Amino acid sequence: MAAAESSIDALGQFKLEHALGAVGASVNFTNSNVMMLIAGGLILALLYYGMRPKAIIPGRLQALAEIAYDGIYSMCHEQIGEEGKAYFPFIFTLFFFVMMGNLLGLLPFSFTYTSHIAVTFGLALIVIVVATVVALKIHGWHFFTYFFPEGAPKALAPIIIPVEVISYLSRPISLSIRLCANMVAGHVMFEVFASFIVMMAASSMLGHFGIVAAIGPMALNVMLMGFELLVAFLQAYVFAILTCIYLHDAVHLH
Amino acid sequence: MDAAAAKYIGAGLAVFALFGVGLGIGNIFSALITSVARNPSARDAVFPLGILGFALTEAVALFALLIAFLILFT
Repeated sequence: MAAAESSIDALGQFKLEHALGAVGASVNFTNSNVMMLIAGGLILALLYYGMRPKAIIPGRLQALAEIAYDGIYSMCHEQIGEEGKAYFPFIFTLFFFVMMGNLLGLLPFSFTYTSHIAVTFGLALIVIVVATVVALKIHGWHFFTYFFPEGAPKALAPIIIPVEVISYLSRPISLSIRLCANMVAGHVMFEVFASFIVMMAASSMLGHFGIVAAIGPMALNVMLMGFELLVAFLQAYVFAILTCIYLHDAVHLH
Repeated sequence: MDAAAAKYIGAGLAVFALFGVGLGIGNIFSALITSVARNPSARDAVFPLGILGFALTEAVALFALLIAFLILFT
């Protein structure tokens, strides 16, 4: 870590720490798991307390719950077609788990569990396994014609089939790295600009001017927070819609 | 050349890929704006595709950034 330790420790914020003292240390219950439980609890609370009034004209919380449900349902239905209804709970869980992970990480002193490749690769692996199993169940052995699009000249098969297989297997990799790298990059930028604030304000060379000039990186951090809010929602949406597209490929077009 | 200097140079070279990504994202949004300008009622149909294209292209940018971080910090 020779390059990092001279000035800014950008990656130390992603370190896992045990959460519940001795009990937590024995079962490896970390701050990442705490945030996952909080995220799950928040989503369940949104749906339960949001739908309790059961009013025809929804109040604000009920409208939020209904928009969340209807948004994901129409996305599933539109992308996958009629059979999309069966995969709706899966897509809903994925979308809100990822979005809550991204959003909760923006609070001070919290942890972004989606910034770890272990978490995002696990989710991407689940998506690919589900899509492949669904395709095999619906189409049987006919599934393997997916890798050789009809209408392509048979002589090119030795080239096309490996390329298609590799691009299919690269789906979980791109899905997981997209989410993880977005979160890591955002949080590293936060840390770097925040370190600039401290370094500029404390610098003996700049003196009092340094304290005034430190407002620059702080304004940048404020704007970056706005951008990261957008990225949090956008990455969850992209994860969910790519899952829908893969499920569409699995259900049709095989 | 010692390791720290090589790391800085490597990380700097790794972000060259962002040139192509900037072109790509500009292309996507230029197509989006042109299509909405020609047919304003298509906005609701075209916008989600534009955002999906933007996110997929940004993923390539982040692959390059990931390599830069890996070179710089490990």
